[in-house]
Amino acid sequence: MSDPIVKISGLNKWYGDFHVLRDIDLAVEKGERIVICGPSGSGKSTLIRCINALEEFQEGEIVVDGIALGPNLKHIDAVRREVGMVFQSFNLFPHLTVLENCTLAPIWVRNIPKKDAEINAMKFLERVKIPHQANKFPGQMSGGQQQRVAIARALTMNPKVMLFDEPTSALDPEMVKEVLDTMVDLAEEGMTMLVVTHEMGFAREVANRVVFMDAGQIIEANTPNEFFAAPQHARTKLFLSQILR
Amino acid sequence: MSDIASSSFVRRDLLTERPAPVKTTGFVGLMRTRLFNSPTNILLTIVGALLLWFTIVPSVRFLMVDAVWSGKDRTACLAENAGFAVGACWPYIQAKLPQLIYGFYPEAERWRVNLTFILAVALLVPLLVPRLPAKGLNASLFFFAFPVVAFFLLHGGGIKGFGLSWTAGLLELFDDSIIGAGQAVLGLSKTSAVAPLLWVVGNFIVLVGTAISWLILPLTWLRDQIQGAGQSVWADFAVTTAVVSLIAFGLGGGLRTGWRALASSIAAFAAIAVVIKLMGLDRGGLPVVTTNLWGGLLVTLVVSVTGIVTSLPIGIALALGRRSSIPLIRIFSIAFIEFWRGVPLITVLFFATYMLPLFLPGNFTVDGLVRALIGIALFTGAYQAENVRGGLAAIPRGQGEAAAALGLSWWKTTSLIVLPQGLRHVIPNLVNSFISLFKDTSLVSIVALFDLLGSLRASFSDPKWSTPSTAFTGFAFAGIIYFIFCFGMSRYSLFVEHRLNAHRRN
Ligand SMILES: Nc1ncnc2c1ncn2[C@@H]1O[C@H](COP(=O)(O)OP(=O)(O)O)[C@@H](O)[C@H]1O
Ligand SMILES: [Mg+2]
Repeated sequence: MSDPIVKISGLNKWYGDFHVLRDIDLAVEKGERIVICGPSGSGKSTLIRCINALEEFQEGEIVVDGIALGPNLKHIDAVRREVGMVFQSFNLFPHLTVLENCTLAPIWVRNIPKKDAEINAMKFLERVKIPHQANKFPGQMSGGQQQRVAIARALTMNPKVMLFDEPTSALDPEMVKEVLDTMVDLAEEGMTMLVVTHEMGFAREVANRVVFMDAGQIIEANTPNEFFAAPQHARTKLFLSQILR
Repeated sequence: MSDIASSSFVRRDLLTERPAPVKTTGFVGLMRTRLFNSPTNILLTIVGALLLWFTIVPSVRFLMVDAVWSGKDRTACLAENAGFAVGACWPYIQAKLPQLIYGFYPEAERWRVNLTFILAVALLVPLLVPRLPAKGLNASLFFFAFPVVAFFLLHGGGIKGFGLSWTAGLLELFDDSIIGAGQAVLGLSKTSAVAPLLWVVGNFIVLVGTAISWLILPLTWLRDQIQGAGQSVWADFAVTTAVVSLIAFGLGGGLRTGWRALASSIAAFAAIAVVIKLMGLDRGGLPVVTTNLWGGLLVTLVVSVTGIVTSLPIGIALALGRRSSIPLIRIFSIAFIEFWRGVPLITVLFFATYMLPLFLPGNFTVDGLVRALIGIALFTGAYQAENVRGGLAAIPRGQGEAAAALGLSWWKTTSLIVLPQGLRHVIPNLVNSFISLFKDTSLVSIVALFDLLGSLRASFSDPKWSTPSTAFTGFAFAGIIYFIFCFGMSRYSLFVEHRLNAHRRN
């Protein structure tokens, strides 16, 4: 088997005295889709934010596509160029149009000429099915549309890995599906994805592995079938009983 | 009739549209809904109308109805000659207008002031109208080229060298001050208790200074060669052009992509050459008019425009510094801001004018106007820093994180994401500070600079125009001028705010 595209080994992180991530080991193969779930405050966001260096950590190592991210956070820029991220609260740039949101990074980080960047951005906006809204401002769109723009924006940088931090939690129920559909499409195209979500339907349909976290640790990781049918750990069972009814 | 109370309801007949029972549109509607719709509002309307009556009517009477419009001297504006209680005495303003605009700027040279005004308007108006193209070129002309041209127009004088000589001169000054400091320490060491230590330190500093003077020797030598030859300005200019253009070429990407940078650098230098030639800077330039002769609206505008243009970058830098994670930068910014906010502008101006010269090295003088300018720029900069900080604080952390996740560096995140949003939030506050700066420029008259208000007050003492209404007329005129500028800024800021916040309207 080839080297994993994301390899987390012995990761430990503290907020002051609070040990938020404890001995995390996780390897993600190219094209693999991983769903991370767990109770609120268990460190899911912190974990995936470590992968693109939005958070520092004190012990361990993260290697993304052969680039090592040690505790002292060298190579940050190189890693961020490989990793796209989608946030719970979209975090689109409200003063820029949808198209400008999607061309900003290609122009200023990759030095792509504006024309090419726009053509490329339109391609991704078509993929998330909102090309005709390109000249609107984010504030003029629904939450579901904004989140799809955020996905397109991340994709314009041609990332090798996509991180999603509860991408549908801030959405009204009728908009959750349009975002999940976009993510399923992305998965079918072979994108490597780490998704923090409580959408268990999505996990069943798309994930190769489901990772359950609690109190800063990985409690259980398994294929969706095994995970949902036969959870091993007591905490996993409790969690599943609360979220699946 | 519908029966909402019952648990099931289906509408049978759709309701048709009908007019409102009371008139809500047109003049009557406006009166009824806005001005007389409640007892409190009726009272407020009456009070408002009375206030208008008592302010507008006397003003109109003073400024227009009872005003004297023509005359040669004070006699025209006296009640016994005019035959009525005289309001504004406009011929006095007419007679004093040159003094109010130019101060004591020599009459033969006033075309230079006019030309500067025209240049400023010609560059500023297209910059302010969003529809017009080439904003980048326009802005760089206004913010970088115009100040230099304006200086040589208003002040006059020429140049003896160019980039090379200036760099060499600056380095030399720097080096001399190092050696001077070293020698001062050596001098101290003769009397001090810690003499050996001071002796070592002093010698070390002098050594460093000497080493630097050897380092810059090639530069100073080249400068001396150029100064020795005829045509020193143009020789220096050629060298500077070559060096800077080569650097631009290299930074622009060298043989691969550097050609554009090279071309624009050469074009810029060609433009500079044209300006130097046109204004004859290489041959001594225009006759010098020292700043103590400047006055009136000229000083007001020079001080306020310089203050406005320089205080915003200072404010932005300080606001960013105050949020920096580097302690030294943060502490410096906080101390700087709090210092300037803690002292009144008058104190700043007094300090800059009368005390600063005592602190500066003997042969180093700074023009009085420039000292006031620096004081005002730093003072306003500190206020703008707090305004900008308020705007930056309103930007959610997620914005910076999203930008970082896309791979944008701190500088790009700040300049493309954080500042554009933060500044939009605080446009009213920024312009508020600009407006108060514009009015505060009148304080420079207490440090012997004759701005519009200072020139006006000076003109009161002219016996030829001393009438009971002279002072009122003068202040009314100055008030109108200040109002036009401040109101203009205020309206323009509303326009900009509206336009830049398009994204917040749905
Ligand atoms: N900046 C911070 N400082 C201190 N504690 C934090 C900070 N951010 C998160 N935490 C704590 O870390 C824990 C994990 O947070 P998070 O990763 O956001 O959890 P999850 O995403 O699983 O809900 C929580 O208990 C949270 O309170
Ligand atoms: Mg979270």
